[in-house]
Amino acid sequence: MNLTLHVWRQASPDDRGRFVTYEALDVEAHMSFLEMLDVVNEGLEERGEEPIAFDHDCREGICGTCGMVVNGRPHGPWKRTTVCQLHMREYRDGDDIWIEPWRAAGFPVIRDLVVDRTSLDRIVAAGGFISARTGSAPDANAIPVPKAHAERAMDAASCIGCGACVAACPNASAMLFTSAKVAHLNLLPQGRPEKAMRVIDMVLQMEAENFGSCTNHGACETACPKDISVDFIALLNRDYLSAAVGRSG
Amino acid sequence: MGRGAALFRTSIGLKITMAVSGIVFVGFVIGHMFGNLKVYQGAEVFNHYAEGLREFGDPFFQYGQTLWIARAVLIVALAAHVWSALKLTRQSRAARDERYRKLEALEFSRASRSMRWGGVALLAFVVYHLLHLTFGAVHPDFIAGDAYHNLVTGFQSVPVSAVYAVAMLALGLHLYHGVWSAFQTLGISGPRVNRMRRPLALGIALVVAGGNLSFPVAVLTGIVA
Ligand code: HEM
Ligand code: SF4
Ligand code: FES
Repeated sequence: MNLTLHVWRQASPDDRGRFVTYEALDVEAHMSFLEMLDVVNEGLEERGEEPIAFDHDCREGICGTCGMVVNGRPHGPWKRTTVCQLHMREYRDGDDIWIEPWRAAGFPVIRDLVVDRTSLDRIVAAGGFISARTGSAPDANAIPVPKAHAERAMDAASCIGCGACVAACPNASAMLFTSAKVAHLNLLPQGRPEKAMRVIDMVLQMEAENFGSCTNHGACETACPKDISVDFIALLNRDYLSAAVGRSG
Repeated sequence: MGRGAALFRTSIGLKITMAVSGIVFVGFVIGHMFGNLKVYQGAEVFNHYAEGLREFGDPFFQYGQTLWIARAVLIVALAAHVWSALKLTRQSRAARDERYRKLEALEFSRASRSMRWGGVALLAFVVYHLLHLTFGAVHPDFIAGDAYHNLVTGFQSVPVSAVYAVAMLALGLHLYHGVWSAFQTLGISGPRVNRMRRPLALGIALVVAGGNLSFPVAVLTGIVA
């Protein structure tokens, strides 16, 4: 199939940027979206033009490196799917595809579709750790964890830090990401000692990174490739409220 | 400023302020709608109710005191609600400094998109409504103390009734998202609570907006005259 791509090109953070139209010819239905871009880039390189810069690593939907807004949807049209796992059988000959980077003050564009997401790393660094005894490994199951808590913590921990929640949010808020990162430790006994400090420090860091304020639209959950629930945002608010009024735990 | 107070200046703290002040309004609009239903019992009952609001709590409170306490609470809540809304809106505008060419609407309900313009519309409506039926400044035939007369002659004007109808649409949307959202903001969430949050929000929105909407309709159709 032949497709028309409208791709955001921006040479540097200071460049104003613009959409540039490319024809993607002879695209196979079994290609992934990123493979399709690879083929377009080979053509660009052959013609001596700059290839389209985009982030990717595992291409298996597990690392959280890839991400772009495809026809108005972060990671494209497939639910619970990163853009590296989107396949071209979704499209028909002659389709137009608009491709944009995540747009948020907290994610400045580095080049084309590549944005700087170190803001998310700094949120994790502010409180995403536990104090653990060093030395020999502790006995397995020495600390009992209720099964329901273990499962919810696992759900939260499945966040891959891709930033699609911020990209999808009309407020460019990072609440879903932050709530997942706070919850997966706050729900477990191992995360208890720092619970109040963690939620305060991570929220303060989130605020410092120029993200917007959550108005509970829910667009983040819809866009999230890992199905992180906005219930974690409610949990974050609850933990924040109790930490702010001085009760910990 | 103490640590706790400073922590209420974050976006989460401001949202908690919005939720608490919003709940004050929710209580108010439910009570206000319920009180207004007495218009269906005729002029005497309705005017007695309007007068009764001023005598509420007698003899502990003197004439008009409870009404003014309630007004003070509402004014403080309104100021807190609007101030937080402004600050949060500004933060969010700045957070999306570059706009998308296109971003699909992925939110759970379209009502959430109405909060900002709907809130501004409600604020304008509150001012108008007070000038219209409380102080009578924009009412063509206002008789102080005759609330029934003021209501009926007020709604006999189609444009005035239309203003009320639009405001109730905005209020219904605001309540539908706001009530659901307030649970989220206050962290009141769990498998059982979450099942009743949507129905509760829908119920409050329909009862309040629908009830209030019935008054201009009843006047225009001559049911209340
Ligand atoms: C009768 C009047 C009002 C009622 C019953 C009401 C109620 C509520 C409630 C319950 C919330 C939810 C808080 C939360 O998100 O947790 C809310 C949010 C909000 N209100 Fe109001 N409010 C009223 C008037 C106003 C006015 C006059 C404004 C004017 C600016 C306004 C603007 C907003 C905004 C921007 C939000 C945040 C929206 C969001 O959470 O998405 N509201 N309101
Ligand atoms: S919450 Fe979902 S969308 Fe947001 S960073 Fe994590 S995996 Fe990506
Ligand atoms: S490249 Fe790793 S998730 Fe897409």
